[in-house]
This record gives sequence, structure tokens and C-alpha cells, in this order.
Amino acid sequence: MWRDAALVAERDLRIELRSRVATNQVAPFAVLVLVLFAFALDPDRGVLERATPGLFWLVVLFSGLLAVSRSGSLDEADGTRDALRLSGLDPAGVFLGKVAALVVELLLIELLLVVGVAVLYGTALDGFALMAATCVAAAVAVAATGSLYGALVAGLRVRDTLLPVLLLPVLAPVLIGATRAFETSLGSIASADAEGWAWCGLVAFFAVVYLVAGALAYGALLEGS
Amino acid sequence: MTDKPASPSPGDANDAGDGAVPGDGPLHTGSPLTRVLGVLALAAVALWLLYGLVWSPPDVEMDDLVRVLYVHVPVAILMYVGSFLCTAASALWLWKRTPGWDALAVAGAELGALFCALTLLTGAIWGRPTWGTFWTWDARLTSTALLQVLLLGYLALRRVDPSPGGGSQRASILGLLLIPNSMIVHYSVDWWRSLHQPATITKLDPTIEGDMLVALMVGLVAGGLVFAWLLVHRFRLAWLEQRVDRYDLDAAVAARRAEGGVQGNPGNPGSSGNPGEPGVQPA
Amino acid sequence: MELVVHFRAAVALLGRFPALAGLDLDVAQGQIVLLRGPNGAGKTTFLRACAGLVPVVDGTAQVLGRDLRRDPRSVRRRVGLLGHATGLYDDLTVAENVGFWGRAVRAEPADIAAALDLVGLDGRLSDVRAVKLSAGQRRRASLACLLARRPELWLLDEPHAGLDHDARDLVDGLVRQAVSQGATVVFSSHELDRATALADRTVEIVGGTSRSVFDPEQPCSGSKTERTIEEAAGVA
Repeated sequence: MWRDAALVAERDLRIELRSRVATNQVAPFAVLVLVLFAFALDPDRGVLERATPGLFWLVVLFSGLLAVSRSGSLDEADGTRDALRLSGLDPAGVFLGKVAALVVELLLIELLLVVGVAVLYGTALDGFALMAATCVAAAVAVAATGSLYGALVAGLRVRDTLLPVLLLPVLAPVLIGATRAFETSLGSIASADAEGWAWCGLVAFFAVVYLVAGALAYGALLEGS
Repeated sequence: MTDKPASPSPGDANDAGDGAVPGDGPLHTGSPLTRVLGVLALAAVALWLLYGLVWSPPDVEMDDLVRVLYVHVPVAILMYVGSFLCTAASALWLWKRTPGWDALAVAGAELGALFCALTLLTGAIWGRPTWGTFWTWDARLTSTALLQVLLLGYLALRRVDPSPGGGSQRASILGLLLIPNSMIVHYSVDWWRSLHQPATITKLDPTIEGDMLVALMVGLVAGGLVFAWLLVHRFRLAWLEQRVDRYDLDAAVAARRAEGGVQGNPGNPGSSGNPGEPGVQPA
Repeated sequence: MELVVHFRAAVALLGRFPALAGLDLDVAQGQIVLLRGPNGAGKTTFLRACAGLVPVVDGTAQVLGRDLRRDPRSVRRRVGLLGHATGLYDDLTVAENVGFWGRAVRAEPADIAAALDLVGLDGRLSDVRAVKLSAGQRRRASLACLLARRPELWLLDEPHAGLDHDARDLVDGLVRQAVSQGATVVFSSHELDRATALADRTVEIVGGTSRSVFDPEQPCSGSKTERTIEEAAGVA
């Protein structure tokens, strides 16, 4: 299974390297939304500063949607899904491989956004350990959940409109947890460090649950219809 | 949602007179069971109204507003029952693969969505005079709203994929995740809101007693009966839809074979293959 | 001779449509069988069903000794399907595509390289991204993926379509070579002249059912070719 996962992850990343969808489309989208938030919330810097953690994670979620959708479409093109079924690759391995590739992409986007909020919103960065841990946990959570739900809607005509409806409510706890953790690490609210780590733990727990759920369900979803 | 059928006839098993669906089972969702349930439910609802509106006294703190709770609490409980049914039935379908579980999952989800909407509505009605607004980011309200979205998402997926078998597969996995998702959401939201509100707003006066308690109990029973009545009808509706699918299949197979000038359905040894063809059928 | 493919009154569904509506077909090991018939008759579905991709809901369906109704996945690794879709990733090169699919089925690197060589896509072409290939080249790349698998049963859906004369000769040669090494081949085609020359036997698929034009018990002989063409002409 791990061997298959590595194979698929390498494939997805290589395709990404060639096609540059994440770098040429998703990343600019992320930065663009940051800018749009600034327009919407007015030059009133006070509001923007206080809202930064939440806005950051909102942008990550929306960018994640795009990345997940793209990842799913790779295996719908030109009979690759059939080829996947015929190949004898372990479906759980395929799932984990796709998740791994997505995690790499999401981490890069998060890094870009951290720089973005530091520059555009003037956020003072602090509490790096907690921030980094949260970023990793959230990336895995979004990638795993997204890959599972992406497989759920794969091949449907209304895939692009149905995926957000299904995925975003499920990711609400990730949004809540990651935002609270960032609030703690960035010091925008007064709360104990331990609490921030607890929230990060919630996100990590979520990630593990969906890694397992996805690995178990992916095979059945590949076959269905 | 569910259409109440016109006077259900006593499970007329052989009524294939309209030639539509092959008769191996009743063609209506009504039956002696549903009629009994229906009558009981009506009676219970009448009792519910009486107790709720007339016989029980106004609350010490909430005055007459407490009467909304006699509806709100039962429908909230039933919302969870519906969602739980959906998840459990999805799990059982994945395990046993019999279509009945799939029908139950849909029925449970639809009723869950209906009662969730009622919960939010009654909650808002109760909230307006109490808090001054229709909505507040109270932990339970927020979780309920998210549950509503989860249920609607499930129903959206069901409507999109009409192919038999494949549609059930995706939907059952989504249904299986319904309760775990709502639990995680509830836990997260609860924890989150507890940071900002000193204590959760208790919707149920712990010292409720006497006629008020009776009103609530009657509400639970009445709500339960209505839920059961709706569930049976909706389940049977889904069941009939599945039967229509299966019947359509036989007709489609026959039509397909007619394309090739072949008579009848497979399984009739003498009828497959055009008798005038040269050559021999493979052994 | 053991049967590689055994279908009796098989019904297979695409959604709600019964693409196969009671199909009977037996294929013995080492045979090359041609499927012909009008568009939409069920040829593609039959090939996919043999690969375990389309569920068979009624009747009997066995491939390579496995029951397709009970466990369609078990047969997949042992067959090779060349369909209308190519199964290639547009952004990867030919070598990367064949390499990925080859490694996915745990093929030897030598087999992967040989496959590319056999279809004539080694050298400069192997570093071209799939999206830039012509349709014929994509088909050949897809064929290389199949070759790397070394399948016992070849399922080819209109393998000659979109290929030039040389490439078609290439396909025929590869088919004969595979059979000589013990494989079995079932393919569909509208190119009747070339196809009937290649095939031992022709089966007509119409309306999701089958009619054999030629008896499988007949011994293979040189005169068979002429007879098959005559019969095919007579039936059409």
C-alpha cells in the first residue's frame, strides 16, 4: 500500500510540476482573495487585523477546494479512472498518495498566505511552533477530507457545484479549530498557549479520522457507478 | 415531501389492472398499520395541543413562551432520530446490500431534514422574545444549522445520481459519515462557544413538573407517532420506486433484444438467436 | 481446451440500460476472436465486462476461471484492455505514462522498456508529453501500457481505428506474437478485411446478444479465411 501511495503521490506532483495549476492559478487566487477581503473590510485596519486568523483560514479553505477539485479531475480524464481500476493498485494507497500530493500543495499555499498576511495585513508573526503545527494538521485535514469527498462526487455532471456544498460544512470544525489556534499564536486574543495547542489537537484528530475513513472508503468509491 | 395518498385500499396485491407495476406486493403506501398509526397520531396531536396550549400553566420565568418548547424539544429529538436512522441504515446497506436499507436511509434523511427545519423555526420563535433576535450563535443552534446543511447535502447527492446501485453506493458512504460529522461539528462548536458564553443556555427548565411535564411527554409521544407515520409512508414510497426500476429493467432488456430481431428474454433457451441464421451457436 | 471466456445469457447494465441483454459466448485459450456488429450493439460493453469493469447482473460470466458476478476485481490484473479512451495523463511524457502504469502493475523495468520499443515510441518520442501526440501515437502509447502488463487475455476495442497502415500491421504482428506466447485475444473492429484475416473466428453482436458466424469446433486451416469472408458477406 505505501509503495502504491508513493507512486501515486509522485505522479500527482509531477503532473502538478508540469501543468503548474497550483502555482499559476490557485496561488494567485489565494492572494487575490486576501486582497478582496481588504477591499470588503475597508481600510479600517483594526477590523482586518482582528479578523486575520479567520480570513487566513477561509482563504485556505477556498483554495483547498480548488486544489481538491483539480486533484479529482486528474483521475477522470480520458479513461484514467478505468486504468486505475485495472491496474491493481491498492485503493487505499491511491488515496494516501493523492492526499500526500495535496498536502504538499496546500502547505506551499499556506506558506504563501502567511507571507501574504504579514505583508498585506501587517500581521506580527509570533508563536511559530503552534502556527506551523496547525498549518500541517489543517493541510492534512483538508487534503484527506477533500480527497474523500472528491471521490464521492467524481464523475457526476454537477461535481463542481456539489463538492463545496458537501465539503465546506464538514470542514467547519477545521476552520474553527485552526482559527482559534492562530488567534492564540498570533496573540490577537488573550488566551493560554495550552488552549491553542488543544485546538490544534482537534484539527489533528480530525485529520486522522478522515485519513482512515478515506483509505477505507476510496476503493468502494472508485468502483461505484 | 410526502404526499398523503388518497384513501389507501387494503393492500390490493393483485391489482395489476393498470398494467404498470408487476404485482408482487401492494401498490399503495397505505395499509392497516398506517391507518392505525395515523389515527393514533391525530389523537396524540390533539392531546398535545390541548395540554400545550390550554391545560398546562405558563412557566414562572418564560410565561407562555414555554409552550413553544413543547414542540421544539420533541422535534429536535426526532431530528436526531431521523439523522441516526440515515446513518444506521447506510451502514447496514453497506453491510447487507439489501435495497430496503437504502430506502430507509433516504426516508430517515428526509424526515431528519424536515424536523431539523422545524427545530430551527421553533427555536427562532422561542428566541425572538427571549433574546431579542431570531438568531444567536448559540452552540446548539449553530450545530443544528450545520446539521441541516449536512442533511440537505445528502439529499442533493441522492437527487443527482439516478443510476441504481451506483447512486446508493455514494449516498450510503455520505450517509454513514452524517452522524460522525455532526458529532464532530457539535463538539467543536460547543467548545468554541463556551469560550464566549459563561454558560450554555438551558432550554429545559430542570424543575419542570406537573402539567408541564405531561405536556412535554405528550409532545414526545405525539411527535413520535407523526414521525413514524411519515416514515412508513416515505419508506414504502422509496420501496415502490425501486420496484419500478426493477420492472423497467425487464422491459428494457426485451426492447434491447428486439433491436437485434431477437424474441423474448434470456432464460428461454429456445428463443435466443434467429432460427433462420446459418452457423451454429457456440457450445 | 479450457475456456478463457464463458458467458451465458449475460445481462450487463450501463446505468439502467441493458447494454448486454442475454449474451452467449465462449472463447477458448489461444483463439483470436473478432466481434463485429452495428454501433451501440454492446461490443465495447462486452469487452469492458470481460475486464471486470462493468457489472454483470444476470446469467453466467466467467473469465479466466473467475466468476465475474461474484468477484469482478480478481480478473483485472490478468487482462489488458485497449479501449477508446487512452488512459494517459496529458501532462506526462510517454515514457512517464508507460512507466507509471507499468510500475503500478509491478512490471519489470525491462518489460516496460521493451513495450515502448515494440510500439516504436522509444527514443525521441518517448519524451514528448502525451497531450502533444497525434491520435495514432496516443493509441500506440496505450498499447505499450497494455504490453507491459503481459496479460493473458487481450481485449481490444477497435484497435485499428485511427492508425496508419504501418501501425495496423504492427498491431496485427503484436497480436499474433501474443497468441503464440499463450495469450488469448478478443477484439472488435469495423475493418472487416483486415480483421477477419487476423481472427480465427467471428462473432456478431447485435442488440446486446450474440450470434456466431463461425463454429469454434472447426479446425483452423488456410481455407478458413475465405470461408469466413464469404459467410460474413452472406450474413450481412
